[in-house]
Amino acid sequence: MRRDFEAIWMVARREFLDQFRDWRIVVPMLLLVTLFPFIADDTTRQAVNFMNRFGGDLILDNLVPFVVLVIGFFPLSFTLVVALESFVGEKERGTIEPLLSSPLEDSQMYLGKLLVGIITPLVFSYGSIGIYLALISRRPVEFPGPYMLALILLLTFAHAVLMVSSAIVISVQATTIRAANLLASFVVVPVAFLLQGETILIFWGNEDVLWFAIAAVTLLAGLLVRLGLAHFRREYLLGREIDTLNFKWIWRRFKERFVGEARSVLKWYSIEIPRSLRELKQSLMIVTGLALVAGVASYFWVVVNVPSYIDLTPEMKSEIRTLVSENLSSLDNLGEQLPAPVLFLHNARTTVVFLLLGLVSFGTLGLTLFLANIGLVGGVLGAANLVGFSPLLAFVSGILPHGIFELTAVFLATAAMLKVGAQLVTPQPEKSLGETLLLSLADWFRVFVGLVLPLLAVAALVEIYVTPALIQLAFPYF
Amino acid sequence: MIETHDLSKQYNSDFWAVDGVTLNVQPGRILALLGQNGAGKTTTVRMLTALLVPTRGWARVAGYDVTKNPQEIRSSVGVLTEQHGLYMRMTGNEYLDFFGKVYGLSPKTRKSRSDYLLEYFGLSEAAKRRSGEYSKGMKQKLALARALIHDPSVLLLDEPTSAMDPESSRLVRDEIARLRSSQRTIIICTHNLAEAEALADHIAIIYRGKILLNGTLEELKRTVLGPVEYEAKFAEAFDAGELDLPEGVALVSRSGTSLRFRIEAPHVANPKLVHALTSRNAPLISFQEVPRKLEQVYLKTMADAQGVAYAA
Repeated sequence: MRRDFEAIWMVARREFLDQFRDWRIVVPMLLLVTLFPFIADDTTRQAVNFMNRFGGDLILDNLVPFVVLVIGFFPLSFTLVVALESFVGEKERGTIEPLLSSPLEDSQMYLGKLLVGIITPLVFSYGSIGIYLALISRRPVEFPGPYMLALILLLTFAHAVLMVSSAIVISVQATTIRAANLLASFVVVPVAFLLQGETILIFWGNEDVLWFAIAAVTLLAGLLVRLGLAHFRREYLLGREIDTLNFKWIWRRFKERFVGEARSVLKWYSIEIPRSLRELKQSLMIVTGLALVAGVASYFWVVVNVPSYIDLTPEMKSEIRTLVSENLSSLDNLGEQLPAPVLFLHNARTTVVFLLLGLVSFGTLGLTLFLANIGLVGGVLGAANLVGFSPLLAFVSGILPHGIFELTAVFLATAAMLKVGAQLVTPQPEKSLGETLLLSLADWFRVFVGLVLPLLAVAALVEIYVTPALIQLAFPYF
Repeated sequence: MIETHDLSKQYNSDFWAVDGVTLNVQPGRILALLGQNGAGKTTTVRMLTALLVPTRGWARVAGYDVTKNPQEIRSSVGVLTEQHGLYMRMTGNEYLDFFGKVYGLSPKTRKSRSDYLLEYFGLSEAAKRRSGEYSKGMKQKLALARALIHDPSVLLLDEPTSAMDPESSRLVRDEIARLRSSQRTIIICTHNLAEAEALADHIAIIYRGKILLNGTLEELKRTVLGPVEYEAKFAEAFDAGELDLPEGVALVSRSGTSLRFRIEAPHVANPKLVHALTSRNAPLISFQEVPRKLEQVYLKTMADAQGVAYAA
């Protein structure tokens, strides 16, 4: 352990020396870091004057924490270049091979570079924040409390880890510094969006909500570090595979994985699909477990908490019952209002959205959206209970008939998406990050085409043509 | 010791950069790996340093398997890479100290090894200057010092004297020869055939990933250029007439004052041949082997491999 830390520090220390001896890095950084707080200070002064004249207390109260967050982010975005070129830069300068030929372990090299990549921007970020706070202390604005300030500093730290860990993943995978810098937009742009979301939390949420942002960013940063470590291999920094984009090879590998050993559709369904299901067993269990928790928790949350917001009198309940009863006839021609193919496409698109969100977050965002949907089902059943309906009957007649197919499809798609995310952050011997992603996507598509789409098609037909009739039949007993 | 069997590396599922390389280099021996650019020399060296994983075959370096014990191999091997790979903003001292730490040397050993190597390569005065200010030759010497900092038992040197002036090249060659005498196992990849000829005990010629030839210089000459030739020179025109040639000797060419023979077993045939000449009262002034260089071996091997005529 101690030897590991010494090695990590050795790599980091050399990088520090290298950076801080280069005036082309140090001078612009120092200039920008010291200049920006002054600009921000003046902007704050003008904003305060403006709001004092025209109002805007909410903005005024949270202006300084917001500016502190932005000032913290600003140096992170331009010091990112150091992390971006950490491996690919050494590769271009030819200095990487002696280092790779040394007995340093992959993780020591990686974490050494990560450490310096994080510390440098953080020093500049915190330095810049310090200058701004010193300047702002003489202005007639509300100075953020220590709790809020600690939250913002923590959030800045989480941003630094997130951005630097992404940049280092890019640096390991990129072939040239130019390519790495181009790919940097995939780091800066999403984090800028994230910053906007956090700004909303600062202005309209309460301080405690920021903990969720910190937790989410830290989780994502942790997964990115894990991804980087899992796919850091000396061979890829020197090998030729990384330099070529071979569409023929990509298609061949994808097809091989998708088709598997099957030579006919029947064989594919009898060999490959069961194999996919076996491989999905663990993720399916996780997804099912979490869905149960989300559904039940949401049901009970609604049952317990909603009455404190809405006082449901027996008259109100009776009114709702009558209203629902009167509108049941609208279900007669549901197929005309919502054709089955449209519903099918909508559901299929949702599973693709799960995948896309999962891809950018190693499964976490896709899973979150899935759980939100399941939570909604639990909430609706909870609401049914509150107005006096039987939640069990509502579930059996209104959700279960098409849900058998639809929920199965969505559970499978989510489990497959979660597996893609898990595979990305798991070391795959003899496979590059690109190949791992390609094969994981082929696995996902196999489940999507072979199971999810057929199940969703059946579900759409049942939901439009069977479920409404069952609801109408069962309603008198609700 | 370096031992490989069927060592192969494939890229992109269709290109064999190294294909079935089998080598054996004993301690105290130097193998020169010769070949065109892109022939597979660097890929072979990278597999021997456990930087690339072989697609097929195996290799053992310093007693360790390249796939099973990569860390042990990296600790035992000194590598001089194709590019010197120096950190330009570090001084010579700092650079060697950094790599000394990387190889786990104690501060005292680091200091003594750095001082020795800097002194040996004539870099002591430049030790406190940043390596970015060094000349090309000085950079190469510092890179070589880095490869030697941990006193490795195996050395893999890619173009060790490239960009060096003749004096420095001599210095490096002397150091390599000294290392050989202290039982190090050494592989040199080079385009400098004179250097290979001067240093190597064994020479391997690699072409498109395959070893075409592997052996001592004499074995290679005999295999590629045929039996050795000797030339007898005379003080005046000598008519050899029907010379009674010993077994295994063939007359290759003749001019007024010289005769050239191809001799299968010189140690047996030469005394008899000289006797035959002197018994005919030939005015012999010299009898010596016709020098054949590694360059001829290399160029002929390459010409044969490419299917083109070899112009001697």
